[in-house]
Amino acid sequence: MHDNLRAAPRLATLPKAPSGIEGLDEITEGGLPLGRPTLICGSAGCGKTLMGVEFLVRGALEYNEPGVLMAFEETSEELAANVASLGFDLPALQAQKLLRVDHVHVDRSEIEETGEYDLEGLFIRLGYAIDSINAKRVVLDTIESLFSGFSNQAVLRSEIRRLFRWLKDKGVTTIITAERGDGSLTRQGLEEYVSDCVILLDNRVIDQITTRRLRIVKYRGSTHGTNEYPYLISEEGISVLPVTSLRLEHRVSDHIVSTGIPALDEMFGRRGFYQGSSILLTGTAGTAKTTLAAAFAQEVCRHGGRCLYFAFEESPHQLIRNMLSVSIDLEPHVQDGRLIIEASRPTLNGLERHLVTIHKLVHDFKPTAVVIDPISNLISVGNVNEVRSMLTRLIDFLKVNNITALFTSLISGSLQMDTTEEGVSSLVDTWISVRDLEGVGERNRGLSILKSRGMAHSNQVREFVITDKGVELLDVVVGPTGIITGASRLVRQLQEQEQELAARQELARKDRELARRRRVLEATIANLRTEFESVEEEFRQLNTEEHDRKTGQVKNHRKATRSSSPSDAAGPADQQPNS
Amino acid sequence: MEVDEKLPQGEKEYLLHLFISGATPNSTKAVRNIKEICELYLKDRHELLIIDIYQQPELAQGEQLIGIPTLIKKRPGLIRRLVGDLSDRPRVLAALGLADSPPH
Repeated sequence: MHDNLRAAPRLATLPKAPSGIEGLDEITEGGLPLGRPTLICGSAGCGKTLMGVEFLVRGALEYNEPGVLMAFEETSEELAANVASLGFDLPALQAQKLLRVDHVHVDRSEIEETGEYDLEGLFIRLGYAIDSINAKRVVLDTIESLFSGFSNQAVLRSEIRRLFRWLKDKGVTTIITAERGDGSLTRQGLEEYVSDCVILLDNRVIDQITTRRLRIVKYRGSTHGTNEYPYLISEEGISVLPVTSLRLEHRVSDHIVSTGIPALDEMFGRRGFYQGSSILLTGTAGTAKTTLAAAFAQEVCRHGGRCLYFAFEESPHQLIRNMLSVSIDLEPHVQDGRLIIEASRPTLNGLERHLVTIHKLVHDFKPTAVVIDPISNLISVGNVNEVRSMLTRLIDFLKVNNITALFTSLISGSLQMDTTEEGVSSLVDTWISVRDLEGVGERNRGLSILKSRGMAHSNQVREFVITDKGVELLDVVVGPTGIITGASRLVRQLQEQEQELAARQELARKDRELARRRRVLEATIANLRTEFESVEEEFRQLNTEEHDRKTGQVKNHRKATRSSSPSDAAGPADQQPNS
Repeated sequence: MEVDEKLPQGEKEYLLHLFISGATPNSTKAVRNIKEICELYLKDRHELLIIDIYQQPELAQGEQLIGIPTLIKKRPGLIRRLVGDLSDRPRVLAALGLADSPPH
């Protein structure tokens, strides 16, 4: 942010002092106005003082800008003790001359006003503190305490005006905190007009859950985020969460990750999800959403990835035990540190807190996949809009980091299939729906892919069963009334088997018939052949006899020509070919 | 207010510090006023120190100064702070515990 600013063209904007507070510099597009006063106002318990202290500590540690804290309400020791839990070591910073804390004690009972006065004492103190450590940042917390100590309003107001002017002239970046007044930003209605930037902190309780929100009311000379941004006071200070920081320009991966169920992979054109995409798994109660999610988590770990599993319904041990019953063994992955199961009730924290927990864990663990089971439980913590905005930010965050995200969501049966309660379906890349297919006296689970951006997918509703070997998808059986599942499927299969058996038997019978006929025909052929043979033999016999007779006649004729007339021999010789 | 405590030698009953900021109208008025009061009510009973915080800014924090001019009564009794140019004499006298003592 800071670098961007320096690189900007000459005509560029107001110089800014990065606050170092997570997220705030994004909203203010670089930080607070450099060398000018900024007002932070809010009601009690908003973290005004903390924001001021963090501004100074970050400035000292990260930007090498020493700071002065002028505290009107707490002593130096109290402040140090209060922020020690956040890891801010004020005494050490004071020893290094990076911070100077001046507690201004204002007590009306000790002050007797005896005439005209001004607040030059305050100016001198502040000026001396600034000059002694060459401070660049100043925090005044809370300046309106002066109003309780001094009764001359006119003097105070003009002096505070002068103070702001003086701070500007000094060129120090200042934060002034103020209690929120009725109907105005501050009680005195003064500070907001003389500050160049006004940040309003708000602490509201909705359904017994506290949400803190921050809004930039004005920022002279600069554009800024105008929305209300949730912020948190976490163990590491304040963190502001810009709702929509993403400009949809993240790089995408072409890598595919398996769903953990081979048959489900087959339903996707590229056999799995894209790495870094977001997947929504919706279903009614008991449709094995958790099982599918666990199968995915196991698959990720098995391929050397790291998975972060947020369980909002089950404890890690319960989840591991339950998944083991369907042959999904998560224990080894937990053991070797590839899988972290983070279980908590959604109501434990506000939404923003959850988001920060997720951010923090993702940051520390650097997973390749995140499973949130289920997001629908978050609705118990906030209203639909809040959940939606939180999920949008979460999805954006995970996408930017190229982390595959799988969310499960419980939908009630009465809802339309094309909407989910959280309205996140349009945000996700892949949407798998599991539902009950209720038929003849039973419920069966059906799975279908409603959308899958960037790849072809099966349009079938597949029945799936959970066995002790894991999740299995069954082939589609289409009957006359649609898809057939469960017992109907079994009946159908039996019928088919019967039909098949009958057909086989019919075929065998036909084969036997054919063989029989062949045998009959072959017998007939043999019979005819035998008959023919007899006839042939008979003819051969006659021929032989005829021949014998002829050769006998010739012999006799020769005898006759030698002894009788030749005319007797000619007659029978002409007739012989005809017989 | 009675003076029953024994003071060390050379120390006066009243010890007053007046913090001013240079020669601003309020400051000069305050100096004039306190000198007059001391002359009238505390002749030889007081020790007055006038400090210009522009010259000694480091004192401002230690003395918890906010409004200027400030008169701090260090002795006798409780420490009292009087903010302003000391023109409201009855209040000044009351705060210094001199209300019922007549002017010399």
